[in-house]
Amino acid sequence: MKQIASDVVIVGGGIMGSSAALFLRQRGLSVTLLERDLIGQHASGTNFGNVRRQGRPLYQLPLANRASAIWRRAKELLDTDVEYIQGGHMRVCYRDRSEMVERMESYARDAKELGLELELLSAPAIHKRFPFLGPEVLAGSYSALDGHANPRLVSPAFARAAQRLGARIEENTRIILVEKVGEDFQVLSEAGTVYTAPNVLITTGAWGNELASQFRETAPLTSFGPNMSVTEPVPYCIKPSVGVFTTEEKETVYFRQIERGNVIIGGSTRAPGFPNTCRTHVRPQNTLSQLQQIRRLAPGLGQLRLIRVWSGTEGYLPDWQPIMGPSAVAAGLYYAFGFSGAGFQIGPGVGETMAELIASGQTSIDLEPYRPSRFSPEVG
Amino acid sequence: MAAAAVEPRVVVVGAGPAGSRCVEALVKAGIRPLVIDESARSGGQIYRRQPDNFTRSAEQLYGSEAAKATRLHKSFDGLQGRFDYWPESLIWNLAGNRIFVVRGAQQCSVEFSSLVICSGATDRLLPVPGWNYSGCYSLGGAQIALKAQACAIGAEVVFMGTGPLLYLVAAQYAKAGARVAGVLDTSPFYRRVAALPDLLANPRALYHGLGLTASLYLKGVPVYSGVEPLAIEGDAAAGVSAVRFRDGRGREKQLHCDAVAMGYHLRPETQLADLARCQFDFDASTRQWLPRIDRDGRSTVADIYLAGDGARIRGADAAEASGELAALALLADRGQAVDSQRVARLQQQLGQLERFARGLAKAFPWPHQLAAQLADATVLCRCEVVTVGEMRSTIALTGASEANRAKAFSRVGMGRCQGRYCANAGAEVIAAATDGDICSAGRLRAQAPVKPLPLALVEVAPEDWLEVSAEGVDPVLKPAEAGL
Repeated sequence: MKQIASDVVIVGGGIMGSSAALFLRQRGLSVTLLERDLIGQHASGTNFGNVRRQGRPLYQLPLANRASAIWRRAKELLDTDVEYIQGGHMRVCYRDRSEMVERMESYARDAKELGLELELLSAPAIHKRFPFLGPEVLAGSYSALDGHANPRLVSPAFARAAQRLGARIEENTRIILVEKVGEDFQVLSEAGTVYTAPNVLITTGAWGNELASQFRETAPLTSFGPNMSVTEPVPYCIKPSVGVFTTEEKETVYFRQIERGNVIIGGSTRAPGFPNTCRTHVRPQNTLSQLQQIRRLAPGLGQLRLIRVWSGTEGYLPDWQPIMGPSAVAAGLYYAFGFSGAGFQIGPGVGETMAELIASGQTSIDLEPYRPSRFSPEVG
Repeated sequence: MAAAAVEPRVVVVGAGPAGSRCVEALVKAGIRPLVIDESARSGGQIYRRQPDNFTRSAEQLYGSEAAKATRLHKSFDGLQGRFDYWPESLIWNLAGNRIFVVRGAQQCSVEFSSLVICSGATDRLLPVPGWNYSGCYSLGGAQIALKAQACAIGAEVVFMGTGPLLYLVAAQYAKAGARVAGVLDTSPFYRRVAALPDLLANPRALYHGLGLTASLYLKGVPVYSGVEPLAIEGDAAAGVSAVRFRDGRGREKQLHCDAVAMGYHLRPETQLADLARCQFDFDASTRQWLPRIDRDGRSTVADIYLAGDGARIRGADAAEASGELAALALLADRGQAVDSQRVARLQQQLGQLERFARGLAKAFPWPHQLAAQLADATVLCRCEVVTVGEMRSTIALTGASEANRAKAFSRVGMGRCQGRYCANAGAEVIAAATDGDICSAGRLRAQAPVKPLPLALVEVAPEDWLEVSAEGVDPVLKPAEAGL
């Protein structure tokens, strides 16, 4: 039986796993990254590509700020262009939900303390500055230092950078068993290879429970797929990523334009995810509700045509927060999965935090809100 | 959504030869199908009809196939009132047994009990330097201009590619009085000779094919076999000015022209079958992925049937037979009695025509080695303007060895056409660049919408399109309200 030893085995080659691989290598640990399909193929590669901090719970902002610093130096760090555009991120609310204005104001006050500067705009100034917004838009909150990037490129770019630093990366490698034997973990692939390491990091997204359950740390994880669309290209003119702040799921649409000219549209309603088949499909009725809502947000988009829709398989937890941190059961075992549709921006920050935690035994980021055992009192 | 009021329907997609014969057989069996077709009038691509106020005769339009075209149109027209008809309508996506249909800026969804997809075919295209200039058309596009609008794509046209359509459209242009500057076939003549035993399975079609070639010679049109296309000359502002190629003996030549029609035989339009999650198999003889069907046209998904060139390229006669056969399979699956002798006859006829189709694929093979050797500067994906060289360097950088992965990194196949124009060549470039075989390069998974979808869509209830009369007997189509 083939055996491969390293300091850390990472199972799951999404943005969390591939960025952790890079930062672990930077700290001098040997790394093996195992991906059941292809690097970044699932939720990490199919999400909207929002690099946004605002709107996250305040306690998540230190992690988001850490990630933000990585995004800004991504080009040098990864030695490739992942199409990160720091064009700003804008959250708007509608006239018929004016109560959201107050929430935006208080969020902006609190976020400022935590290092996130937000500029509040209201009608008519907001329409003057962003003339593409529809008449229903009442006010907005603008974060100048956020933006968007191309999710299809990001995780593979992290993995390649890690590989250049010596990480071992194996795609199409499905892990069926993780066991602790003495001091080391034995990680067994479907093909029969055993990967051994004193540390294992599980970053398997919607598939997190497959391995967590082997340590009786099953999380109440469910799966959904985002509702994504892209238009034909038109001249590039919209810099920020724009989304609706509302309590009604149907209204939560967002869009961004890329330099190529296409407008990427997301949100409105999620579809059920299918981790078993690794394919999550867009429901046509969700596309229709998305189109209806996006015309409220930016009526001019109504003149375009959609050329493609897609979804992916994301893992969600009941409190919308990931499972992130050390296992309560086995020393040396770590988790970072279930980012509940909001993992892309913080992804590189998660990778760096997990690398720090594994390499040094501690991290400056407070992981308590993400404690893996928070849903299972009998273990915690 | 008020769709619940409409019972699940037997839906036929497409009103070409396959769809028309399918509808006929269903109506005969007492079913009232819903027919959804992209065109304004029935006939499909091969028997496309001209607009109402045009007066060319069937013979002028369809040549040797005039009688067949007329029979098909008459059959369809004669059944009006016994099926529901949504022309100029496209199924842009489906989920479970619900289809989503767009017409203009209106969209309507309806449930189906059975779905027969007769979606036809489009040209298989091979990139060549300059194919992105204005004046470049597919053979099908050139034919539509002539059939529907009585227009030529240029004053002096070169026809380049391979396949029966190459000669057919060139001959139709010559007959209509357009100047055909030349016919350039990448297939060497000996291939056609070698394919003769299979081609003899349909002597009538073979005879007509030879007649087309003869008519071109008689008109003095230069016809070259075994050519290697080098470039379409011209510029972005003025468009096409000439085609440069190497003839069968390796001599470089140039033909002046202001338009080029290209096509390398056909590829089935399989997006709907793919979105319905039908299984596909690789067909080595045509180097294409085809939806898996049984001999009667049942797909791998219950209640979904595939017929005509949308299932596999077998030609118009086979489309008629397979359309009827799919209808009979559907009826049998619903527990209705069908004429087993008729089924056997259609199966036998289809078998014969499939042999002929294999002969055509041998006589006019896809020149895959030319795709694999394309120069780096050639635009591979016209929608996203990605060159062959960019695709190759993306593959080298990322190790992407499969079509969907290469698309994600390079954008090839990501544009308006969703790979319908570039996927065949793209797969050859991937296979050649990764030392893999074409089969492991895979196929681009279809993603909705089937064709670009207006963001301004307004949802309407099926009742708005399926207006039932006071007696509840004869539903008639309410014209789509313009501008909505």
